[in-house]
Amino acid sequence: MSNLKLPIYFDYSATTPVDERVAEAMIKCMTFDGNFGNPASRSHAFGWNSEEAVEEARGHVAALINADPREIVWTSGATESNNLAIKGVAHFYKKNGKHIITSKTEHKAVLDTCRQLEREGYDVTYLDPEPNGLIDLKKLADAMRDDTILVSIMHVNNEIGVIQDIAAIGEMCRERKIIFHVDAAQSAGKVDIDLEKMKVDLMSFSAHKIYGPKGIGALYVRRKPRIRLEAQMHGGGHERGMRSGTLATHQIVGMGEAFRIAKQEMHAENDRIMKLRNRLWNGFKDMEEVYLNGDFEHRVAGNLNVSFNFVEGESLIMALKDIAVSSGSACTSSSLEPSYVLRALGRSDELAHSSLRFTIGRYTKEEEIDYTINLVKQAVSKLRDLSPLWDMFKEGVDLNSVEWAAH
Amino acid sequence: MAYSEKVMDHYENPRNVGTLDKDAANVGTGMVGAPACGDVMRLQIQVSDDGIIENAVFKTYGCGSAIASSSLVTEWMKGKTLEEAKKIKNLDIAEELALPPVKVHCSVLAEDAISAAVEDYLKKRAG
Ligand SMILES: Cc1ncc(COP(=O)(O)O)c(C=O)c1O
Ligand code: FES
Repeated sequence: MSNLKLPIYFDYSATTPVDERVAEAMIKCMTFDGNFGNPASRSHAFGWNSEEAVEEARGHVAALINADPREIVWTSGATESNNLAIKGVAHFYKKNGKHIITSKTEHKAVLDTCRQLEREGYDVTYLDPEPNGLIDLKKLADAMRDDTILVSIMHVNNEIGVIQDIAAIGEMCRERKIIFHVDAAQSAGKVDIDLEKMKVDLMSFSAHKIYGPKGIGALYVRRKPRIRLEAQMHGGGHERGMRSGTLATHQIVGMGEAFRIAKQEMHAENDRIMKLRNRLWNGFKDMEEVYLNGDFEHRVAGNLNVSFNFVEGESLIMALKDIAVSSGSACTSSSLEPSYVLRALGRSDELAHSSLRFTIGRYTKEEEIDYTINLVKQAVSKLRDLSPLWDMFKEGVDLNSVEWAAH
Repeated sequence: MAYSEKVMDHYENPRNVGTLDKDAANVGTGMVGAPACGDVMRLQIQVSDDGIIENAVFKTYGCGSAIASSSLVTEWMKGKTLEEAKKIKNLDIAEELALPPVKVHCSVLAEDAISAAVEDYLKKRAG
């Protein structure tokens, strides 16, 4: 075996390393010799130069999604973008209605924001996705009411990688004059986005999911037809009053560079990553009792979410110290519920507890995939030898017929 | 989460993994937990005529701490009387394995499994 560097990173959906080219661009915006000025300083070259760098970055972000740079608002990340979009619309348009539609598989930054609005008196419908993770457009249409002001549906799901039909949902919303927000933290740079064609009104982005730095993101706010927001952060009136706070030139330049690289390289990169992902799945799919979570076709290239039935996820992760993956089991997170996303697909608790998410990215190598296939197979086999459920399955016992002494 | 050395040791080299004939008169079986909760423990004991636990085996579906807790109790139970085995408490297990507070329920499960196995054996004897 060649010299693999361990542990191997398979958690690109959690975050990505900063691309070297991005880091280089950022370093030029910090020290006295660099572009350190406040972009809002209008009276000297330090400010002007920083402003120019920020505007160039805004152009790169807009270019990746075919938008106007004036439609991009800098934020601290997709969490803030989601908060600004959803609360901003809800508060600004509350005279038009107080009903919001979202789905049960959204990121917590959307779900918890909606919960907060419920406490403020708004009415929220949480759609159940189909078992493959996709939203049934008929169910969405049925949920729309005369007082619906906002639909918020993510583009690519962070756990199962499924891609929602944003273009179709956009048409439906526009027809009913409902504002449409999309959390695109996991899709930018991975799936084509054309906001001249797609009828999306607000879209959230994060830099650290596409090889940019953490702590910076953006919100796309459509100009035609114009979308208004109530600011959530008040102060110096930056970003046309929508988000006050001194712009972080180095972060913004890093995000811009990451988006510029993505536009140039994403198609070739997607092909490469898709091959690796398929190689990984081909290594697993003939094992007994292995289940793919989420639709295989409508899925982002780098995501593989699999349940190894009768093996508990946290113990599996212990056996996989040499690879960095995430688990849908309760024990790895601070909550006691297994993955709410898998539960929303109707997966049993057992399958949710036995799931692993592998996310592949720019630095994943083929030999790392092969190493991982072997490692996982060995670990699953070892843990199944330890598992009373596997014994029972092999004896033909239907686990649903057993009366468990739940504690 | 970081695991203690003892948990890692039991996890990597689990003691007494196995299955005994659950229908045998001298075997007691305790199965506790539920798949939906992410943990199921099956503990079996083989008891001699004079009430000594001659053999103890387990299989566990659950986190590393649950596996370690059940592995540890099989070691502790062997050679003990039923009465002595029932005195093994979850806090002893948690202390021996240096379990953090969020993992104490895994040791509770092991204590429950001991009681269930002993009960099962006694019921068979009485029946
Ligand atoms: C779908 C989705 N939305 C929002 C976020 C939050 O993004 P950020 O870390 O930039 O706040 C993430 C990342 O965790 C995500 O995957
Ligand atoms: S079995 Fe779930 S935390 Fe130990």
